[in-house]
Amino acid sequence: MLSEFFSLTVLTGIAYSGIRLATPYLFAALGEMFAQRSGVVNLGVEGIMLVGAFTGFAVATWTSNLWLALFCAAVVGIIMGLAMSYISVNMQAEQGISGIGMHLFGLGLSSLLFKKWLGSTKAITGFQPIKIPILGDIPIIGEIFFNHNILVYIAFLLVPIAAWVLNKTTFGLKIRAVGVKPEAADSLGVSVARIRYSCVTFGGMMAGIAGAALPLALINLFQENMTSGIGFIAVALVYFGGWSPTGVMLGALLFSLVNALQLWIQVLDKDKVIPSDFALMLPYIMTIAVLAFGKRTNQPAALTKPFERGSH
Amino acid sequence: MSKINRRKFLTIAGTLSAGAALTACAAPAPTAAPAAPAGGAAKPAAKQFKVAMVCPSAVTDAAFSQSMFDAIKAVQKDMGGESGLLLKYSDNVFQVPNAAAAIRDYAGQGFDLVIAHGTQYGNSLQEIAKDFPNVAFAWGTATDNFESKGLKNVFAYNPKAEEGGYVLGVLAAKITKSNVVGVCGPVEAGDAKTFVDGFKKGVTDTNKAAKVNVTYTGNFSDVSLMAAAAETHTKAGADVLTGSSQSVVGAIGIAKDKKIVWFGTQSDQAGLAPDTVGASQVYDWSGIVKEMINMINSGKKGAVSFETTLKNGGLKIAYNDKVNIPADAKAAAAAAAKDIADGKLKALP
Repeated sequence: MLSEFFSLTVLTGIAYSGIRLATPYLFAALGEMFAQRSGVVNLGVEGIMLVGAFTGFAVATWTSNLWLALFCAAVVGIIMGLAMSYISVNMQAEQGISGIGMHLFGLGLSSLLFKKWLGSTKAITGFQPIKIPILGDIPIIGEIFFNHNILVYIAFLLVPIAAWVLNKTTFGLKIRAVGVKPEAADSLGVSVARIRYSCVTFGGMMAGIAGAALPLALINLFQENMTSGIGFIAVALVYFGGWSPTGVMLGALLFSLVNALQLWIQVLDKDKVIPSDFALMLPYIMTIAVLAFGKRTNQPAALTKPFERGSH
Repeated sequence: MSKINRRKFLTIAGTLSAGAALTACAAPAPTAAPAAPAGGAAKPAAKQFKVAMVCPSAVTDAAFSQSMFDAIKAVQKDMGGESGLLLKYSDNVFQVPNAAAAIRDYAGQGFDLVIAHGTQYGNSLQEIAKDFPNVAFAWGTATDNFESKGLKNVFAYNPKAEEGGYVLGVLAAKITKSNVVGVCGPVEAGDAKTFVDGFKKGVTDTNKAAKVNVTYTGNFSDVSLMAAAAETHTKAGADVLTGSSQSVVGAIGIAKDKKIVWFGTQSDQAGLAPDTVGASQVYDWSGIVKEMINMINSGKKGAVSFETTLKNGGLKIAYNDKVNIPADAKAAAAAAAKDIADGKLKALP
């Protein structure tokens, strides 16, 4: 088994699958990172993803236009993000509980609309892999990195863009200020509400896209409750990644790579020396280990704390 | 501050209740599922027969929950529609405490038969059935009807999933060109495990050169991990795939993408990807649903364990004509099915 395991096919297979699997986590977690950096935890990511997944799949089924499907999922994500902003910024509701409400809302809405409008599911043809010219022809590297569908490329390209916005722009500075000390930002004329609205709404849009990525780029089908916890893991990845885009990406990659690894272990371990249950535990053991030893350097001081002018 | 507190409370209550209401809305109002009436109809009862079902996934899951939903709808059609048989259901109830509450509710509402369609509901059902001796319950997949525990009002049902698994394994062994077949398993237990074991035996008995790679994802609902499993199998050379549970939609999507054949189980999965699903083992529970209704109408409320097999028609192999399966493969599969039905061939190792 061991010699087979270190074969080129297996190692490239693990790396390729890891990158592909990381895509929905990355979309959702990058969006959530912006929300959290502005001081709002949106636990409703899973619910928004579900509505995004349904919207994407339904529009793709009706129109066969994948970009329109993705756009509609993003719009639905924006609407749900606006709702979450209103709840957490204007109404100043307890973010954890309202997030759970948003999750239930998304779960129910996506199931209801699926039953009413589609009833049954039939596979669509999703985004196909695009081989990047020249780079895609490099042995091994080309196969691992440059032969994915467009959403995988977009997700990873968003990482440096997010880092630039957060660390190099005035808007990013405002986000960080609002997340750490909203009253100070407010006294300098930064609208805390506007910044939080923008970030949570952007997070909603990204969650909608993350959800749509499942039927449009990874699975080609829809099923009720198909996210199966990805949204919650994305929220955890933001903590895991220390609220930085690179950290979030590394967390998503680690989790996905270990998941790909455990599947290969099962395929290669013909005599079942390693029980499948043990292989399945690997991603979670790794996650706990990294969380336990990781540092919480960037945690926004005002995370989950509603801001009201004059109350401090 | 009191104003804010009230606003907060109203917001939270509003969000939670909207979510809960929608989740609840998603459950009832089933649409009519077309199904051919089978022979041996349940005896028409004078009054409307009321059936409730609680299941772990959506009734549209193209797998376990849908198999029972479709069966009850077929019996309903046979009994003259809703006036003959009333069906209420709660789907997507994977958590046992929530399912137990739903089962208890239905029992208290005067349903004639409450079907707890999930192995995991067994312990709770045992407690609930004691409190409602006049209500008949059914649960599966299971073989224990709790008669040994003194209960007379619980039916159990179990599919011999390995039988269809074996037959599909024969088909897979005949059509694979790479001699690698991938199995996407959910949890190594119950009918998923017996299906996988039967399938493996079917492949290796038919084609000694063929390798069967098996993975388990550890749960019944992780669609994206199931897709990753299918992709891993194809990277490992598999050109035929199978798998069990509602999460296989993920794997079927990958099989379609890679243009390889998929063999399904539990429900007929051809509709999910008509150019990909070669055949499915279908759990047809309609026979045992009718039998249970007849027994309940004649006063027997349980203490019977049913088993569905290829022989008694509770398991069926449904081919999909849109996928070309060579005639010799179908003939070998038919011969295996006959031998299993006649008791000449053991589907499990």
